[in-house]
Amino acid sequence: MAKRIGSLKILENKRLNKEYFTLELSGSQRIPEMKPGQFAQVKVEGSPETFLRRPISIHFINPERNSIKFLIQIAGKGTETLSKLKKDDYIDIIYPLGNSFSLPSKGQRPLLAGGGCGIAPLLFMAGYLKNNGFKPDILLGFRNKERVIEYDEYIKFGNVFLTTEDGSMGEKGFLTDHSVLKSANYDIVYCCGPDPMMKAVASLCRARDINCEVSLENLMGCGIGACLCCVVDTARGNLCTCTDGPVFNIKELKW
Amino acid sequence: MVKLGFSIGDLHFKNPVLTASGTFGYGTEFDDFLDVSRLGGIIVKGTTFEPREGNPYPRMAETPSGMLNAVGLQNKGIEYFEKNIYPCISAYKTNVIININGSYIDDYVALAERIDRLEKIPAIELNISCPNVRMGGMAFGTNLNSAREVTKAVRNVCSKKLIVKLSPNVTNIVDFAHVVEEEGADSISLINTLLGMSVDVKKMKPALSTITGGLSGPAVKPVAIRMVWQVAKAVKIPVIGIGGIMTAADAIEFILAGASAIQVGTASFIDPLASIKILEGIEQYLAAKGFSDIKDIIGYINR
Repeated sequence: MAKRIGSLKILENKRLNKEYFTLELSGSQRIPEMKPGQFAQVKVEGSPETFLRRPISIHFINPERNSIKFLIQIAGKGTETLSKLKKDDYIDIIYPLGNSFSLPSKGQRPLLAGGGCGIAPLLFMAGYLKNNGFKPDILLGFRNKERVIEYDEYIKFGNVFLTTEDGSMGEKGFLTDHSVLKSANYDIVYCCGPDPMMKAVASLCRARDINCEVSLENLMGCGIGACLCCVVDTARGNLCTCTDGPVFNIKELKW
Repeated sequence: MVKLGFSIGDLHFKNPVLTASGTFGYGTEFDDFLDVSRLGGIIVKGTTFEPREGNPYPRMAETPSGMLNAVGLQNKGIEYFEKNIYPCISAYKTNVIININGSYIDDYVALAERIDRLEKIPAIELNISCPNVRMGGMAFGTNLNSAREVTKAVRNVCSKKLIVKLSPNVTNIVDFAHVVEEEGADSISLINTLLGMSVDVKKMKPALSTITGGLSGPAVKPVAIRMVWQVAKAVKIPVIGIGGIMTAADAIEFILAGASAIQVGTASFIDPLASIKILEGIEQYLAAKGFSDIKDIIGYINR
């Protein structure tokens, strides 16, 4: 799957709440085949403080609309600038980058677990699992009810379970506290979110001998394996999150 | 047709656009985007005799008009390079140059001896300016005696063209240029990164695991041009300019100041096609200005 640089047109910039928005993009050419877990390096124009591209997960692919969707959290000047883009503006991206989540074996029971902006790649994965005959459980963690986003999207592909830290929606507590983790037997967990959350999910999976893949969000320079800035310490030494990842099996990580 | 070529001794480069070590991988990382063979040369990732894991994450911090890095020469060592990388990259129809590093002079010598046997590598870039390793690196490039000793020792065992990459973290760059020229360097490349530092105010700790790192990008360009200008006037060997070159105009600034060639570095992270665009831009500039040979504008401001 060759990497490419493309200038894509914004079909829609949808504000979800104060912090989050989605960008749906399309191009004159056919969007190449991509896999869940992959990402793009997005160039930010018009923000002098933003020197490097921003790595953004592929949130969803819509073949009928020939579109790619990003779910973006406003975390700094770069993402704030992206949030102001309008329909028909163009955006320069390098894509598709990185590896992808693996499919479960036949008959296995998958769980998707995501928190905050980490839910982004899991929608694409949920659709991919459904297309391949799986019905995943989807466990999403947010701080409170106001911050719950995209519920209606995830529900299309599996059973959605929610946690909020203050109990204003779904079960109260952290994602790893949810009762579904205690009652159900999963064969594989796909996880993305803040580091402490992923580490908690990883230790739970280790304790119960469940296969687990996590998608890391390390800071990146180039996104194509040239700068060696985004490394993670693994059983095979320092590996680039951008080319050897962003998805790693927890067996590889020194967590 | 505009003539773009330049030479280091009898080694010819078809154009003056090279890629800086540590910013272009082994070239293969960029194969999807451009024809690497169109470039004047590529200087591959800093290589050491033994494999190196580099520094812990975080190794990078974005800064105003630039970035700090503290990669610390992560590479798989010369043996891995010979077996796995050399066979792939020797197919490029351009000059593939290895940037070499060590903690001790003996490391540099052992590495240079090994590379001397690699037929398709026409030159070595001697890195005495990496700011991100605890031993060696910049320590050689910021002390005149050490710079002299390591250049002399490598020159003794190296029949390839020898480019010495200087550190800007010195009081008088010209002294270093003179010393390496005296010891037989065929060319000088400069500048490596400037020693810098950044603090994460949210986390209230240094942004890099190593605390300090090397600053690159447009932020360093004026410093680099000043040093290239000083060095180019002081030495007889060709000077290769490096430092924050993002566009053809940036590259031309270096050439007008005295550089015979340039290296594109950090720009390739943001635009993998930067080097090719710069090459095309230089050609257009010369044509528009009515020059038929790039040699006519090297050091133009000094005439």
